[in-house]
Amino acid sequence: MTMADLPGATTTTTEPSADGRTASPDVPSVADASVAAATTPSQQFSARSGRRAVSSLRRTVTSVWRLWFFAVILVCWWFLSADSTNTFFPPLKNILTQLWDLWVLGDARSQLWSSLEHFAVGYVIAGVGGVLIGALLWKFHRVGDAVSPVLYFIYVIPTAALLPAIMAIMGIGASMQITIIVLAAIWPTLLNTLDGMRGTDPIKIDTARAMHLSSTRTVWTVVLPGAMPQIMAGLRHSLQIGVIMMVVSELVASESGIGFFILEAQQRFAITDMWTGIIVLALIGSLLTFLFILIERVVLAWYLGARAVEQKG
Amino acid sequence: MTYSQSVTSGATESGAEPVLSVRSLRKAYNVGRPTEKLAIGDVSFDVAKGEFVCVVGPSGAGKTTMLRCLSGLLPPTTGEVRFEGRKLQAVPDRLSVVFQDYSRSLFPWLTVNRNVAVPLKVAGVAKKEREARIQEVLHAVGLGDVGKSYPWQLSGGMQQRVAIARALAHQPDMLLMDEPFASVDAQTRFDLEDLILRVRHELDITVVLVTHDIDEAVYLADRVVVLTGAPSTVAEIVDVPLDRPRNQLSTRSSQTFGQLRSHLMRLVTSH
Repeated sequence: MTMADLPGATTTTTEPSADGRTASPDVPSVADASVAAATTPSQQFSARSGRRAVSSLRRTVTSVWRLWFFAVILVCWWFLSADSTNTFFPPLKNILTQLWDLWVLGDARSQLWSSLEHFAVGYVIAGVGGVLIGALLWKFHRVGDAVSPVLYFIYVIPTAALLPAIMAIMGIGASMQITIIVLAAIWPTLLNTLDGMRGTDPIKIDTARAMHLSSTRTVWTVVLPGAMPQIMAGLRHSLQIGVIMMVVSELVASESGIGFFILEAQQRFAITDMWTGIIVLALIGSLLTFLFILIERVVLAWYLGARAVEQKG
Repeated sequence: MTYSQSVTSGATESGAEPVLSVRSLRKAYNVGRPTEKLAIGDVSFDVAKGEFVCVVGPSGAGKTTMLRCLSGLLPPTTGEVRFEGRKLQAVPDRLSVVFQDYSRSLFPWLTVNRNVAVPLKVAGVAKKEREARIQEVLHAVGLGDVGKSYPWQLSGGMQQRVAIARALAHQPDMLLMDEPFASVDAQTRFDLEDLILRVRHELDITVVLVTHDIDEAVYLADRVVVLTGAPSTVAEIVDVPLDRPRNQLSTRSSQTFGQLRSHLMRLVTSH
């Protein structure tokens, strides 16, 4: 049994293709190999800038188009709930007014900062640790072979099941919450790093050896960049898990944070408040994913560009 | 920073020590296991300084294994390979390798300039000199203003030129090429063949090129080492007495070319 077979190892072919449509128009200047081959650099340049204007217009139209269904849902919610007297489904208008009062004018923001602080620390530790441990397991593959079954064993335990144990050991507080985020979010990054590095093209390793690259330089110049598409897929998965565990840890045992806010609002029957928490959480999740995609487009520009060329044939 | 000093050092001194010397090379995979397979049986030949030697053989003759042994990437089972008098342990500093598949040997995450810079950084060449050398070597392979592009933005022929430029960047004494023109179209192939002949003439380097294409071997080489099928042995070493500079049209249509071609064809197909 190798780590590469683990279900957590999200492969590059599946994960980044999920946003393939949004990603590829970002690199229009580099997409056409035949243009590159057949024209002079200055011709290429004018062709590029012309096409860039057209494609940015098209991108705007596309992104507006993609939001129409979302808009319809919001409008429906707004009007269908307008006269609602149901305790559990208050009018959207009330929710939004309350959201503004609590989260923009009021002091619920401090709950948000507390949550984000735990998330940020936990996610950074999980991301850096995942890449580092994955890289070490790849480098020392003999140790890795022995460690793999143990990792697999820990990996299959749902982190939620570890919550009581972690709470008993660490008590309630920031370090407990961060530990939970790290323990859950580290796996996709770790396994994807290991898998990505194992998948390094042997020809590229030969090339590195033929050019006398030291083993450190080989890792930095060849192995790590080559594994980057998979590492980014892992980091993205880790991000989602990190957000989930941030809330879970607050729901279970905490006196602050957005999860605590939602639970506490529900317990005192402030259902409108509860909904505002859920909406803020959705906004935060979307924002984090959006930021991640932006970073990914910069880090993986070469990969997205090369893939666009490949798909054109 | 020019190549002039190496150009003036001139022609092959007869009787001098060969640049590359292969003695009773034998390579088996999975030694001692039931799946043991002998790829190379017994191969010996020399390559003199400045010489262009092509190695041809039928498919499955272990040509890539051969190249990996010659470059020091793969240790032979028995026998030895000497480069400039020293037995190979790893890839020697003064030897460069060009692999068949440029799309796999170039680093797609680095621009052309940065790809070519890799061996120079390893050699510790200072930044300013590095930039000059990159320009020079890209110019030498007929690439103009593509330094800031990524390899995958270029055509196949241009990518292989980048790979050749990278191999030439740290001014090697010998270039070892594994079917370098097998993945490009016919016209580009002719262009690249002429390119490598010109580069070899201008830089006065020794070239060993492994190929399955007999026409290409005859067109390029001073001598052709013909291998038998696996386990490979040397069927014959054929001299190519064609005039230089060679020309795709006149050289390929000459009578000598035709005779050599059919002779090699018989050797390769009879084994």
